[in-house]
Amino acid sequence: MVALSEPSPHNLTDQARPLDRRILARRLSVLLVGLLAIAVVVNLALGASDISLWGALGKFLSGEELTTLERVVLWDIRLPRIILCVLVGAALAVSGAVMQGLFRNPLADPGLVGVGAGAGLGAIISIVLGGLLPVGLQSLFGSYVTPVAAFVGGWGSTLVLYRVSTRGGRTSVATMLLAGIALGALAGAVSGILVYMADDQQLRDLTFWSMGSLAGATWEKSMIAGPVILLAIAGSTWLAHGLNCLALGEAAAAHMGIPVQRMKNAAIFSVAAATGVAVAATGGIGFVGIVVPHVLRLATGPDHGTLLPNAALLGGALLLGADLISRTIIAPAELPIGIVTAVLGAPVFLWILLKRRGLVDQ
Amino acid sequence: MRRTLLAASLSALLCSSLAAQAADRVLSIGGSVTEIIYALGAGDRLIARDTTSTYPEAANDLPDVGYIRALSPEGVLSVDPDLIISEAGAGPVETLEVLTRAEIPFVEVPDGFDGAGILAKVAAVGTALELEEEAAELAEDLRTGLDAVAAKTASLPESERKRVLFILSTRGGRIMASGTHTAADGIIRMAGGINALSDFEGYKLMTDEAISRAAPEVILMMDRGGDHGAPDAELLALPAIVTTPAAKTKSVVRMNGLYLLGFGPRTADAAMDLARALYEGL
Repeated sequence: MVALSEPSPHNLTDQARPLDRRILARRLSVLLVGLLAIAVVVNLALGASDISLWGALGKFLSGEELTTLERVVLWDIRLPRIILCVLVGAALAVSGAVMQGLFRNPLADPGLVGVGAGAGLGAIISIVLGGLLPVGLQSLFGSYVTPVAAFVGGWGSTLVLYRVSTRGGRTSVATMLLAGIALGALAGAVSGILVYMADDQQLRDLTFWSMGSLAGATWEKSMIAGPVILLAIAGSTWLAHGLNCLALGEAAAAHMGIPVQRMKNAAIFSVAAATGVAVAATGGIGFVGIVVPHVLRLATGPDHGTLLPNAALLGGALLLGADLISRTIIAPAELPIGIVTAVLGAPVFLWILLKRRGLVDQ
Repeated sequence: MRRTLLAASLSALLCSSLAAQAADRVLSIGGSVTEIIYALGAGDRLIARDTTSTYPEAANDLPDVGYIRALSPEGVLSVDPDLIISEAGAGPVETLEVLTRAEIPFVEVPDGFDGAGILAKVAAVGTALELEEEAAELAEDLRTGLDAVAAKTASLPESERKRVLFILSTRGGRIMASGTHTAADGIIRMAGGINALSDFEGYKLMTDEAISRAAPEVILMMDRGGDHGAPDAELLALPAIVTTPAAKTKSVVRMNGLYLLGFGPRTADAAMDLARALYEGL
């Protein structure tokens, strides 16, 4: 029980026994809540403009009026951005963990249910062909044409994949994986045609969309994305036991009383909803869905009961860290966050692979 | 910020005929707008610029708020502008909404790829900076230059006009070239050339055969320096280009991108340089 009395980060990676791991995971949750809270405060306090959070807070508490700059920067820019960032980070990390559990493959990510390819195609269609929409529709969606198109594209491709891989009420994850590759290629080809038609300004827009950014975060976006993502995350905790049993194989899980097909449906569609909304709101942000679950599995083991909530916390905190870099490193300009997550995530991922090859080879 | 707003509203209240305090913390977005501001002698009122504003040299010392289509709201606010002057197409919409909420005046200057377009830009920037007189003078200078180029090129007989192909990039041997309704198309016309590709709008990836069929006599490219632009020998050896008249006469013209395509105060000079490169003894 040495590990219990000394819950230092080094011990977390040690091969602890299952019971220890569960307790460790709970302690880790507390740690992650703290980390997330710190990240929120830091992101609220730091940014390109040098207003003082504490000064503004003091004024707010004493009933003094804030300056326009303080109000706009804190209330209209940083706060909605932080909320959207935590939501998107949590959605990507939890979705990644669920996908890896469902496909029983450590390399699975939300892209496998076709969300990424479909959302990308939707975004490209809206950017290149958006001008062809009837004027009434254009004014109805306004600046939301691209997010709405990305969401519809993501869901559409998930539905197609689900239809293709479900026969006689049974979904084959292997078929889904292969069909996903085919659908991705098809979406890539159609995107290619549209890219060919695009003018240079649309090409620039496409490039920036694919690199992801939280710069367009607004209260409306957070309020739309929030309920969907929170529901999907809450729903996925219900899946935890099922995913644990599924690790032993579909037949074994069925013998243990798991309604396998219903669970698959729930997993696929909660992932499609969460990542669909996340991608629609921010564009392509990679690596969070792979790196976060892997780090947590190394630390506290594969139990989804603790993995999924911890993934939500770490995903949110990690993306806040990445966004802080994205907002400040070349201020007053901004580096797309997809670049930051890839630059930070890829080496970490390689390091994990080198250090723990055995875990992946199992 | 608040003080200038207050000053602005006070002066508006006091006397409408009295000129309101002119903006003195200006953020310029777009290379041509920045050039015009410097040409109007208002460079000292600039506090920041965008990525495309690289001329004159002094502009490079200003903080860079990023790319015109992907402006970060907080980045723009952090330089504390009391006026933003931008080329057409600034975004995203969310950033512009925040700027409206922060009550920062935002002036969008119309785009245009001909002489009249440049003069309209100068007038719009002049109005925004409350330098109408200086703008009128600058416009007069520019008009003289533009008219001079137009007069020179007008004397060229139709049969001697050269077919010019503007190549944006040749990455991987695939040629991205300019059709109509682009800055490149505009400058080729101003210099008395004929755009070799006139059956589509904007910039497009071309097939080798389409380039071959367009039969350009001169190839025009941006001079990017470094290893971005393919050297002439390599360029002329591309399958698409090797069959064209331009490859036989080795006619490649390279010019600085902002100078050539900026459509700002230097465009008359750029058009003249291009015309001289196209037609010897002009």
